Amino acid sequence: MAGLSFDLIALQLFAGLALGAIYVLFAIGLSLIFGMLTVVNFAHGAFYMVGAYVGLYLISIGGNFWICLVAVPLLIGLFGLGVERVLIRPLYGRGIDYPLLLTFGLSYVMVECVRIFFGKTGYPFDTPEILQGAVNIGVGYFPLYRLFVIAATAVVLLALWLFLEKTSFGLIIRAGARDPQIVRVLGVDVSRVWLIVFGIGTAIAGLAGLLAAPLQGVIPEMGGTILAEAFVVTVVGGMGSIGGAILAGLLVGVVVGMTSLFAPEMAKVSIFALMAIVLIVRPQGFFGRAGLMS
Amino acid sequence: MTDATESIKQPDTTTASWYEFATKHRASIVAVVILVFPLVMPFTALAVNILIYGLYALGFNLVFGYLGLLSFGHAALLGTGAYVCGIAIVHFGWSWYAAIAAGLAGGLLMALVIGVLAIRTRGIYFAMVTMALSQCVYYLFYQAVDLTGGENGLRGINVRTIDLFGLRIDFINPMVRYYVIAAFVIAAFFVMSRILASPFGAVIEAVRENEMRARASGYDVTLTRLLTFVLSGGFCGLAGALQALHLSIVPIEILHYETSGLVVMIALLGGMGTFFGPMIGAAVFLVLENIVSVWTVHWQLIVGAIFIACVLFFPAGIWGTLIARGRR
Repeated sequence: MAGLSFDLIALQLFAGLALGAIYVLFAIGLSLIFGMLTVVNFAHGAFYMVGAYVGLYLISIGGNFWICLVAVPLLIGLFGLGVERVLIRPLYGRGIDYPLLLTFGLSYVMVECVRIFFGKTGYPFDTPEILQGAVNIGVGYFPLYRLFVIAATAVVLLALWLFLEKTSFGLIIRAGARDPQIVRVLGVDVSRVWLIVFGIGTAIAGLAGLLAAPLQGVIPEMGGTILAEAFVVTVVGGMGSIGGAILAGLLVGVVVGMTSLFAPEMAKVSIFALMAIVLIVRPQGFFGRAGLMS
Repeated sequence: MTDATESIKQPDTTTASWYEFATKHRASIVAVVILVFPLVMPFTALAVNILIYGLYALGFNLVFGYLGLLSFGHAALLGTGAYVCGIAIVHFGWSWYAAIAAGLAGGLLMALVIGVLAIRTRGIYFAMVTMALSQCVYYLFYQAVDLTGGENGLRGINVRTIDLFGLRIDFINPMVRYYVIAAFVIAAFFVMSRILASPFGAVIEAVRENEMRARASGYDVTLTRLLTFVLSGGFCGLAGALQALHLSIVPIEILHYETSGLVVMIALLGGMGTFFGPMIGAAVFLVLENIVSVWTVHWQLIVGAIFIACVLFFPAGIWGTLIARGRR
């Protein structure tokens, strides 16, 4: 323990926050889709994975990382629109389990399609040149790319917040989440609102996959692991709560970062221990509405 | 999910006589089918797999179909049963029947641990929590390399002969292996039939149908849920133990969340909340998997597409749809 200085812990805290930023981006899309559509998107991990692969493909045909930052969310979002329109829409009103099961089947199909086109083995994903290297953040040198991930997450969250709180379409979305019936009576095409929300959620998932790619590489199974961890984030933060997803995502990231420092072999298990504690103390999560549980 | 399941409909007075007969002697019918089953299968190993996955789905269906809770963590129960059975044989040299009992007990215990935590939540929350907890179990077994072999799986579960009342039976012979495993599976079906026909079985379905009313009638809903989940763990633990004996190895993939999803597919395909559904689902699924995997290595693509089609167009499953027809 002699080597553990304050600086090292502070650096690890930042690394945890960068990891947490990915969790936040992932969970925010999950939470958005659940909060508005009451659909638990089991294919969210697959959208995340496809986002990373699309980025990989775009770079291989001559694009650069900045083009990907725009194109990947756009393409994955469009794909999400198609999925909602064709597969999920027929299931509204048929209970909460059916969309969940359908998206689970969909994730099988998506993962296998990627295996057909890109093979079963993973690829490395180069950090864009301008974001390579490290900067001094006061307590030591910290990888620039990880700072960029934190900043990008903050930008997405800010944009999402402005969209939901300050635009009239955001107002309709929030109203639709509370009471779709009334919104429909007021003359709003609710199914169109849901379509767009699903598109936004999957677009953010694709972006999260792209941002995570340089940190951990790209393999077809990358979505499954983060899905289970994002469920922990959602359970800890409270189902459907965006604020909860942000707080819990960062917390989970920091918990993983800290346990990787002190007890590396327990890093994965610590996430689930955190969830177990939260479930015992506060089953609905930090900001969860109790009504959603029953 | 209750609204769409055909099998949940109140039985009316005009029920077809074959349906009444089938309900009354359901466990015996399963027993007869299982006994003649390997004679019609192309190879016995597939038949053994169908038995084991049928048993796994039977346990899962108790929670999914009869209690109405969607669990996405049943791989943890199957896997614990398999690992406990395997560890008992490899590391402690237990006899085969003691190891199977240990596997069953392991499934019960793991279901108790997961159940106590997950039963506090409901609906889709339950699906998420069970999946997350089973992922935790995956990492725990993965880390315990000394006991479980970690990534390589637990090897060396060599049961060549089994002693039964002084007889030594050759367990390598595929047919013998099938019938030994079949004996356990048939017994499990009889136990399941008893559970479902008992007053407790009625309470399970009452909780699914209307929780408030069940609570108002004086039943402890939380305890019923927990007990059902634990019982389910026993069936799945037994399935895992038999799997370990059958394969002679416990791969770490048994704890993967895809193994949890697999059993949801099997139950949905066969018909959730029906007695024969799990076995039919397992048979159809595994035969299909075998046929498709001969044709392409990407069988998961086909399986996923079929699963999507089932959810969209065929939610009552094969047996559930047949029941709906038969009752007319």
